[in-house]
Amino acid sequence: MALLEITNLTVEFATAHGSLRAVDRVSLSLDAGDIVAIVGESGSGKSVAMLALMGLLPWTATITADRMSFDGKDLLTMNPKQRRAIIGKDISMIFQEPMTSLNPCFNVEYQISEVLAQHFGGKRRSYKPRVIELLKKVGIPAPETRLKAYPHQLSGGMSQRVMIAMMIACEPKLLIADEPTTALDVTIQAQILELLVELQKANGMALVLITHDMAVVAETADRVVVQYAGQQVEQRSVIELFNNPRHPYTEALLSALPEYAKEKTLNAIPGVVPGQLDRPVGCLFNPRCEYAQDLCRQQPPQKSEGVLCHYPLPLKAGSNSHTEVIL
Amino acid sequence: MFKFFFKRLLVLVPVFFGVTLVAFGFIRALPGDPIEVLAGERGVSPERHAELMAQLGLDKPLWQQYLSYVGDVLQGDLGTSLITNRPVAEEFFELFPATAELAICAMLFAIIIGIPAGIVAAVKRGTLVDQGIMSLSLAGYSMPIFWWGLLLIILFSNTLNLTPVSGRLSFLFEVEPVTGFMLIDSLLSDEKGAFKSALHHLVLPTIVLGTIPLAVIARQTRSAMLEVLSEDYVRTAKAKGLSPLRVISVHALRNAMITVVTVIGLQVAVLLAGAILTETIFSWPGIGKWIIFSVFSRDYYAVQGGLLLIAACVMVVNLIVDLLYGLINPRIVH
Ligand SMILES: Nc1ncnc2c1ncn2[C@@H]1O[C@H](COP(=O)(O)OP(=O)(O)OP(=O)(O)O)[C@@H](O)[C@H]1O
Ligand SMILES: [Mg+2]
Repeated sequence: MALLEITNLTVEFATAHGSLRAVDRVSLSLDAGDIVAIVGESGSGKSVAMLALMGLLPWTATITADRMSFDGKDLLTMNPKQRRAIIGKDISMIFQEPMTSLNPCFNVEYQISEVLAQHFGGKRRSYKPRVIELLKKVGIPAPETRLKAYPHQLSGGMSQRVMIAMMIACEPKLLIADEPTTALDVTIQAQILELLVELQKANGMALVLITHDMAVVAETADRVVVQYAGQQVEQRSVIELFNNPRHPYTEALLSALPEYAKEKTLNAIPGVVPGQLDRPVGCLFNPRCEYAQDLCRQQPPQKSEGVLCHYPLPLKAGSNSHTEVIL
Repeated sequence: MFKFFFKRLLVLVPVFFGVTLVAFGFIRALPGDPIEVLAGERGVSPERHAELMAQLGLDKPLWQQYLSYVGDVLQGDLGTSLITNRPVAEEFFELFPATAELAICAMLFAIIIGIPAGIVAAVKRGTLVDQGIMSLSLAGYSMPIFWWGLLLIILFSNTLNLTPVSGRLSFLFEVEPVTGFMLIDSLLSDEKGAFKSALHHLVLPTIVLGTIPLAVIARQTRSAMLEVLSEDYVRTAKAKGLSPLRVISVHALRNAMITVVTVIGLQVAVLLAGAILTETIFSWPGIGKWIIFSVFSRDYYAVQGGLLLIAACVMVVNLIVDLLYGLINPRIVH
């Protein structure tokens, strides 16, 4: 049985202009130890899908799914209290903005020991040795001296390390990292990713990595979900996807990478993700798709072979076997 | 820390001259002078008037009077009341505990009700509860103190006969002033029922004086909480699996308090101004009532000294608030 199973998760927000479908029939299945990347442009519903799983969306969100279970427990029928017993312990999530995600009024020790006390009981103070151990684990030098530091005294990279320490404190079975490095310097980005993968290996936890960055995907993930305007357009193993993208959007994303550029210039995808009011008829990607045909402009596509497209790109000969990934 | 205090002390200099000038000018700008007021309807002959004014030193040019007044104050002498002939400072500090007791109770009342009301309104944003709390607080904010006081007296004292109308203690009791705070003194005395009586006397003035700060604190707490509740760290707190109560009362409230504490500090001045009216309505023997009396009798020194000491109180409270602010907000280091 899979650790996490989500089938047809849909999230709609009630807004002033009517309802907005931010996530549209997304499915995801994850085993212990898997690393799955979710990629897609800004506004494609990556964060919202994972926040729905965590139960962290505001009340304006309506969440529906055929199935959403974790570790054999049904998340859909569970009451908030049962959900809170899992959140932060077995499933935890780190966020894009480390500087604002830590509470400015409490020191590092307080914020990390709090989650331990919440899930394992006992006094916050009794977890001090464990907090030091965690800080050491996430690569913070001289952890004893950082215990009493407040978030404003930490750099972005340091804050993200503290955040990671906090979220792996209870040794979760699943860690969701929502663009954990976007707000950080390039050099720090690599370190944080390395740390996440290291921790993932050491604890054997499953990792969902949300990112815009295809290069990061190639380096870290086993499997990729490509999301566009709330829909999953393609979901495959990294090797397959990089060698033989089947959805035009995936191809476009890849061709934005320097190594994949067809011409000398980088290929940015023209246009933007459709918003609530400018949703096209037919396939949501058709206005930006270079292969779009009449059918694409009339009917929404159905998923086939893991690709949401009327005319998937052709299968390359022998590409399902393990050819080298170019990166 | 030392630098912080030094800076605060420097600010005192302009404030001192500002307050003394305003108090000095204000009381003299009113028509009439102490002699005329004392003489009342009988009147006083111009010669006698001039003689008495000279005796009091009030015939000198204004700038001379001001300078000699400031000189005295700097030496710690606030002058002598023209009416009672007692030192102004002595009168002030005799009456001050009554006002302090009332102000502290009113502030506690405002905080204890205002903060939870603001939190509830923020958490239940947009619901009937929120609208109800906000309408009440708007009503409280716009309530004229005098009218509100009379309304409560009519309801609770006249109609329901629940509370006394004036003073701090029933005449049946004789309590020896130890701290000047009637609640404490009545507890220390062995008079049975004195504490209850003191409490009864305090209820209405506390409500009347505390209503405006209560409304302000509730509104500010609500808006501060609304802002804080949408912050990333609140989402983090939820992601840790903490209970909603803990998320709100620890993670959100602590941050919201940074703004609310400042607002509470600013309300102290409002409270002391309100005390003047409240004390008049309820015949509360404090400095508010005393200042009003001094103004009406054109007791120049009492008014000047009283206002200066009130300003000093406000400054001390603001200093305490600033220190508290540093305790709550780790980003501030004095
Ligand atoms: N609380 C909300 N209320 C209404 N709409 C929302 C809310 N949160 C997100 N959305 C909308 O849902 C859509 C998906 O947003 P989401 O944050 O999941 O995108 P994302 O893929 O994570 O993008 P990014 O890469 O910028 O983080 C966006 O159009 C966004 O405006
Ligand atoms: Mg996002």
